[in-house]
Amino acid sequence: MNNKSQSQDWDLVIKGHTSLFDVKFRDIWNYRDLLFLFVKRDFISFYKQTVLGPLWFFIQPFLTTIVFTFVFGNLAGISTDGLPQFLFFLSGITAWNYFSDCLTKTSTVFRDNAGIFGKVYFPRLIMPLSIVFSNLIRFGVQMLLFLLMMGYFWYKNADFHLTYAVFFFPYLIALMAFLGLGAGLIITAITTKYKDLTFLVTFGVQLLMYGTTVIYPLSAAPAAYKKYIELNPMTGIIEAFRYAFLGKGEFSLWSLGYSTVVTIVILFMGILIFNKTEKNFVDTI
Amino acid sequence: MHKPVIQVENLSKAYQIGQIGTGTISRDIERFWLTKILGKEDPFLKIGQTNDRSKKGESDIVWSLKDINFEINQGDAVGIIGKNGAGKSTLLKLLSRVTAPTTGAIKVKGRIASLLEVGTGFHPELTGRENIYLNGAILGMRKKEITRKLDEIIDFSGVERYIDTPVKRYSSGMYVRLAFAVAAHLESEILIVDEVLAVGDAEFQKKCLGKMGDISKGEGRTVLFVSHNMAAVKSLCTRGIVLENGMLVYDGESSSAIDVYSTKIVETLNAKPVHKTYTNRLKVTDFSVLLSGKIINHGATVLLGQKLTFTVDLDVLDTINDLSIAMDVVNSNGELISHISNEDDNMYFHKIDGGTSLKIEINTAELLFVPGHYSMNFWAGVGHMETLYEIKNCFAFDLEQSSFTKRTKDLPKHSRVYLHTQWTSN
Repeated sequence: MNNKSQSQDWDLVIKGHTSLFDVKFRDIWNYRDLLFLFVKRDFISFYKQTVLGPLWFFIQPFLTTIVFTFVFGNLAGISTDGLPQFLFFLSGITAWNYFSDCLTKTSTVFRDNAGIFGKVYFPRLIMPLSIVFSNLIRFGVQMLLFLLMMGYFWYKNADFHLTYAVFFFPYLIALMAFLGLGAGLIITAITTKYKDLTFLVTFGVQLLMYGTTVIYPLSAAPAAYKKYIELNPMTGIIEAFRYAFLGKGEFSLWSLGYSTVVTIVILFMGILIFNKTEKNFVDTI
Repeated sequence: MHKPVIQVENLSKAYQIGQIGTGTISRDIERFWLTKILGKEDPFLKIGQTNDRSKKGESDIVWSLKDINFEINQGDAVGIIGKNGAGKSTLLKLLSRVTAPTTGAIKVKGRIASLLEVGTGFHPELTGRENIYLNGAILGMRKKEITRKLDEIIDFSGVERYIDTPVKRYSSGMYVRLAFAVAAHLESEILIVDEVLAVGDAEFQKKCLGKMGDISKGEGRTVLFVSHNMAAVKSLCTRGIVLENGMLVYDGESSSAIDVYSTKIVETLNAKPVHKTYTNRLKVTDFSVLLSGKIINHGATVLLGQKLTFTVDLDVLDTINDLSIAMDVVNSNGELISHISNEDDNMYFHKIDGGTSLKIEINTAELLFVPGHYSMNFWAGVGHMETLYEIKNCFAFDLEQSSFTKRTKDLPKHSRVYLHTQWTSN
């Protein structure tokens, strides 16, 4: 009897210890409909029972930009590389928001979904991936705002211009998404057991924003700190983004290559750690 | 004919009990060093303890399941039964891949759908229709599949009129109907069901049971069913697996499995008191129960409305600050019916010096539990945190209906507490 069952080919073997590199990408592909439905759920539930609906996507970056223009542009007088202040800050905020939303939302994915994860199996990576896509919609709407404002300033003959780097735009989005996703995955995996990190994430991301060229151009950074700011992988991405759409910024393939390498390493680590944690996190959370 | 679709081999699952907090990092590092770098056995898993909750273990690792082996053939309807804490839920969790086993393996042929809960992932803001898609996809269905079955699902749920209304406006009954309707239409070869049938009204429960019967008998699918409802297990399942303290104690015909389970329940209820000392600071020298001034035996019969007196003699061997004492009353299903504490009567033992002998008398009011079998546990500790002494099953009694209630018929079996009332009218 044992021999008979041993010769069987099983569809699934559930074991405690699996290889670190055993990520079930095929499974994720099989559940792609679920990914889409989660994105749809997030989108619908975001604006249901609101009067302004998706307009809320506009309001937040718009108001933040006005405040930044007033505080950092007018009061502090930070250089904007000769660009219109409003466009300068809006470009930084739009790009930064996408990265930081991906990071902060994925960093709590285990805790936020402990209820579902504790009751049913589906490839856990679907959840963080759906967050990245949901935020992509949000980012798309905010990009629209940015393009509208560009049109307005172009009409007023402001001094900026598109560059060839705009072809890198999809690549930049991918970098921001994967960097945020990777870092978020690492954090959420660690916080299932050590909650301390959760307190760090929200204000850590805020502090990191000041270490990125969101409210100042890299060219205006003091020489002593410049190399540290350049070490931040988001700096290269934001500079490239600004150079692509506004024509000012320190765009170089070298810094973009550096951001790419860091992103790949972090994403790879994130997926492995997440994959390792997902098997048992229900027991420790 | 007998084609195994699930094969469970030496399956074990260990849990860490107690606080997970400071000290975990250093322990994790130690564990990582020993197991991964030096390749030694995990020291925290070494002590092979069974999950007997009444006994305090030597380590804070407990085996919720230990060396489980069984095979399930295609078309089997298997009931998994056992007391609370026997490991049923853990087994289901492992089978549904919610958490991974510590050792051993489960081999599966075909698609598994597990229902540990109905309506997982339902979003209150979404409409019934949108939630069917979302919930179906969470349970592993493709979108096409759901679209094909949509009419059937809506029809089964009986909430057609509200299908485009957000589910937050649903009554809880409608919510459950819709959720079960989705689950019932899963096209999986193996279906794992936890006690989801404990919801909904009687009519709907019957419908669900009928549907589950169809699934296993008519469609030849394999069903694993966990329940406390022995009648449901008997009618649905052909085979029963009994778990006790994380170990498989019986595997066979469902009716004999139910017998085994019932015997186990009665055994534990009539078990003798078990004294358990945790420290050398306190010792219980005598525990007696009195009814109208006379000592009564373990297992005695008590009538509804009678009052009991408990006397406890304690020797305090070392100074104790803030001694607390509590007792549990548990019914024959293992459910906690009542909890008694010294704080209930504003009695506090702030500081007791070592060498003191303490005599405590506890007088109850009229016992108003419904007739049945009850057992009690005694607990003494510090500030309701640290345990010093325990008596498991310190007293067991059968409660019988008496003239305390004037009704001639029996109190309903499923009620828990008899509420004494006085009636007047004009």
